Amino acid sequence: MLLDISLQTDPGTISDDPVMEARRQIEICNACRYCEGFCSVFPAITRDKVFADGDITQLANLCHNCRGCYYACQYTAPHEFDLNLPRALATARVESWERLAWPQAPARLFQRHATPVALMLVVSLALLFWLISALPGGGDGFYAWLSHGAMVAIFTPAFLLPLVSIGVSLRRYWVETGGGAVTGKAMAQAIRDAGRLRNLSGGQGQGCNFEKAERFSDARRHAHQAVMYGFLLCFAATASGTVLHYVFDAPAPYGFWSMPKLLGVPGGLLLVAGCAFMLVLRRKADPALGAPGRSGGESAFIWLLGLTGLTGLILYALRGSDATGIALAIHLGTVLALFLLLPFSKMAHGFYRFAALVRDAGDR
Amino acid sequence: MNDAQALAKESWDIVIAGGGNAALCAAIEAAEAGAKVLILEGAPKAYRGGNSRHTRNFRCMHHGALGPLVESYDEQEFWADLLRVTKGETDEDLARHTIRTSAECLPWMQAHGVRFQPSLAGTLSLDRTNAFFLGGGKALVNAYYLTAEDLGVRVLYDAQVTHVAMEGRRATHVEATIGDTPLRFATRAVILASGGFQSDIDWLARAWGPSARNFLIRGTPYNRGVVLKDMLDQGAQSVGDPTQCHAVAIDGRAPKFDGGIATRLDCVPFSVVVNRDGERFYDEGEDTWPKRYAIWGRLVAAQPDQVGFSIIDSRSIDLFMPSVYPPITADTLEELAERMELPADRLIATIEAFNAACRPGEFHPQDLDGLATEGLEPPKTNWARPITEPPFYGYILRPGVTFTYLGLKVDRTARAAGPDGPYDNIWSAGEMMAGSILGQGYLAGFGMTIGTVFGRIAGQEAAAHVA
Ligand SMILES: Cc1cc2nc3c(=O)[nH]c(=O)nc-3n(C[C@H](O)[C@H](O)[C@H](O)COP(=O)(O)OP(=O)(O)OC[C@H]3O[C@@H](n4cnc5c(N)ncnc54)[C@H](O)[C@@H]3O)c2cc1C
Ligand code: SF4
Ligand code: SF4
Repeated sequence: MLLDISLQTDPGTISDDPVMEARRQIEICNACRYCEGFCSVFPAITRDKVFADGDITQLANLCHNCRGCYYACQYTAPHEFDLNLPRALATARVESWERLAWPQAPARLFQRHATPVALMLVVSLALLFWLISALPGGGDGFYAWLSHGAMVAIFTPAFLLPLVSIGVSLRRYWVETGGGAVTGKAMAQAIRDAGRLRNLSGGQGQGCNFEKAERFSDARRHAHQAVMYGFLLCFAATASGTVLHYVFDAPAPYGFWSMPKLLGVPGGLLLVAGCAFMLVLRRKADPALGAPGRSGGESAFIWLLGLTGLTGLILYALRGSDATGIALAIHLGTVLALFLLLPFSKMAHGFYRFAALVRDAGDR
Repeated sequence: MNDAQALAKESWDIVIAGGGNAALCAAIEAAEAGAKVLILEGAPKAYRGGNSRHTRNFRCMHHGALGPLVESYDEQEFWADLLRVTKGETDEDLARHTIRTSAECLPWMQAHGVRFQPSLAGTLSLDRTNAFFLGGGKALVNAYYLTAEDLGVRVLYDAQVTHVAMEGRRATHVEATIGDTPLRFATRAVILASGGFQSDIDWLARAWGPSARNFLIRGTPYNRGVVLKDMLDQGAQSVGDPTQCHAVAIDGRAPKFDGGIATRLDCVPFSVVVNRDGERFYDEGEDTWPKRYAIWGRLVAAQPDQVGFSIIDSRSIDLFMPSVYPPITADTLEELAERMELPADRLIATIEAFNAACRPGEFHPQDLDGLATEGLEPPKTNWARPITEPPFYGYILRPGVTFTYLGLKVDRTARAAGPDGPYDNIWSAGEMMAGSILGQGYLAGFGMTIGTVFGRIAGQEAAAHVA
C-alpha cells in the first residue's frame, strides 16, 4: 500500500488536540531517534513512517511516563519544536481511556476529579454500614456481621460488571489499534515486561526520571512494584478464600497459617507501603510532564487503593473484637468503591498498558 | 549580592569558557585532580551544552567488542578514514594521539555517567566505529553536569566570556557578562572550550561571502566565536581555513538555529534537484546519501539564493525516512511549481528532459543500481527513474552549517600558543582547536572524540599546573 504521507503534520504547528499533538511530537522523534534505547515506545515508532490515530493510541499506552526522553531531549522548550513527549503521550493516553471507556461519562468524571472518588467511597461505606446493620449475620468471624450469602450477592455483580465494562473497552482498544490474533509468545513477553516494569528501567536498569529530574532513580519502579504485587497478592488472597470456601468447604475465618492470610497480610502491607511511597514521589515529580488535569483523580485513586489495603489489615488486627463490625463495613465499603471504579479510574491503566505490551510484543 | 557576584569575589584555580562536551570533560578531570573549577557557560541553562547537546555518537578506536561497539576498529583504519576525509589537512601527530586515546575514553565516559546504546535504527553501518549515546548528546551533557557538580565544580549560566586578560604569556583573569552584569574572575589557569564562530552570521558572511546569510545553523546560537576572536586579536596562533565551514544539505524550512538532526533530508538520491530557476545542477545519484549529504551543502550554497528543490513522484515517497517537514504535494508538476514558487515552464522542461533521458533497467533503491540517464547534462548516474506518477512531492534544501574550521593552535598537551610560543596557563579543547586535526571535511563522530580527548588532557594539564 502507498504511504499515506498526508497524515504527516507540520513540526512547527502545536495542536490542542491530544492525538494531533502526540503525532507531531512522535514524528519529530522519528526523525531524531536519539531516545531509542530508553523504552519500547521508540523502537515501535521507528517501525512506522506515518502514524494513524490508532498508532498514536498504541504508542501512548505503551509509554510508562518514565520521563527519560524529556530530560534527554534537545528540542524541549524554549525550542520552537517544544517537545515534551511524556506529557504529549500522557495526554493522548488519558484521553484514550476516557474515549474507550464504556460508558464514557463516569470515566471522564472519576479520572479527572478527586471529589467524586471520595463521594463514591462515602456512598459505598454508607451502603455497607446500612447492610450490616439491616441484614442478619450468619456464621463465624466476620460472617457473624454480614453473611456469606449477602457478601456474594453484593460483590459478584460489583466485580463482574466492571470487568465486563473493561472487557468492552479492551476490545475497542484492540480494534482501534488494529491488533491481530494474540500469540502465546507475545503474551509471555508482555507478562515479563509488566512483571519487571521493564519500561521504567531506563533501558539499562538505571531507572527513570520521575522524581529527581535529570538524575535516574528506581524509586518509582519500586513503589509501583509494591503496589502491583501488593494488589495481586491481596487479590490472590481473596481468590484463595473463595477456593477454600467452595472447593474445600472451609469457610472463613482463617488462621494466620492459611493461604488467604499468608497472601493477604504481606499483600496488604506492600499495597499500603507502595501507595504511600507513590504519593510521596508524586509530590516531588514535575506535574508539567504528566497528563494535565488528571492529577486529582489519580491521587484520589492511589489513596483509595492504599485504603483498601490498610482497612483490610485493620480488619485483621481487630478480629474477634467488638469493632469487627465497623472495621468490616469500612473495609468492604472501600473494596466496593475500588471495584466499581475499576473501569473509570487510574486502575484502568493496568489493563490498557498490558494490552499495549501484548500488542507491542506481537509487532516486534 | 547574587551568586555570580559572590563567585567573582573568589579566586579560582581554573576558569573554563564554554559548557559543552570539551568544557565538561576538562572540568571533571581538573576537579578530580583537586582543582577549584568554575564553568562559565554562555547559554542559559535550558540551552546548555552547545553543539554537544545535538550529537548522537562518538568515534572510537577499539580492539574487540567495547561497550556498544562490535568487532574492531584499529588505529590504522581510523587514520586512513581521517586522511581520506581531510585530504591530508590534518596534523598526523595530534590526530594519531587523538585516535589512540579515544579507546580509553569510552570507559572513562561510562565511569562519569554517560550511557551508550546500540546503533540507532538506520545507522547499522556505524555499529563498529561509532558509539551512540543513550538519549543523545543532551543526556551526555546532563550526566557530565551532574558529575561535575557532585565534584564541586561551580557553573554559571548565561555567562558570556568576553575577554581573557593577559600579562605576557599568562592569563590573569577572565571577563564575562553574566546576564547583564560584567564581572571579572581571577584565575590561575584558563581552559577555552567555547566552540566555533558559525552563529555569528556577520562573521560567517565576511568569511564565506554574503550568501552565508541564507545558511541555516544546525546547532547552538551561542557559538559566536567571541572568545576565539578575542584570542586572535591578542595574537594567539590559529589553525584551520578561516573562510570555511562544514555545511550539509538540510530541510530548508528548518529553524535558523538549533534544528539539529531532525531537519535532515534523505530524498535527494531518488529525486531531481533543481535550483530557483528550475535547472538541475548536479548528479543526484552519484552515491548513497550518507556519502553525499555533506557535498550537497556546498552545492546548494553555490546556487542562487542558496536554495535547492528536490522533486520526486509517488513511486519514491516510501523509499526514504520522511523529513520532519511534510513534503509540498501536488497532482501536477505545474501546481507543484506554483506551490514551490518555481517557474513552471522551466521546471516542466527540466523534468521532461530528465524523463526522456531515463533508460529502462532495474531500479534498486538500496544499492548503486547503475540506472543512469543518457545524454543528459549533468547526468544522474544511479536511480534515474522518470518522474511521472502523481502526486508529485517537493522538498526544499538549504545549507546547514555544522561548525567552522578556524581555531586555536594547540600542542599535544592542549596548550594554546601566542605570538611568542605556548602560553603559560591557557589550554583549549573541542571545536575551538579541532581545526588542527580536522582541517577539512568531516568524519562522523570525530568532533566528540576530539573534544573528549583534548578536554580531558586540558583538564589534567591545567590541574597539574595549579597543583
Ligand atoms: C546538529 C549537529 C550534530 C552533530 N552530531 C555529532 C555527532 O553525532 N558526533 C560528533 O562527534 N559530533 C557531532 N557534531 C559536532 C559536535 O557537536 C562538536 O564537534 C562538539 O560538540 C564540540 O564540542 P565543544 O565542547 O567543543 O563545543 P560545544 O558543545 O558547541 O560547546 C561550546 C560551548 O561554549 C559556549 N560558549 C560559546 N561562546 C561562549 C562565550 N563567549 N562565553 C561562554 N561560553 C560560550 C556555548 O554556549 C557552548 O556551551 C554535531 C554538530 C551538530 C551541529
Ligand atoms: S524526545 Fe527529543 S531527543 Fe528523544 S527522540 Fe524525541 S526528539 Fe529526539
Ligand atoms: S516517557 Fe519514558 S516510557 Fe514514555 S516515551 Fe519517554 S522514554 Fe519512553
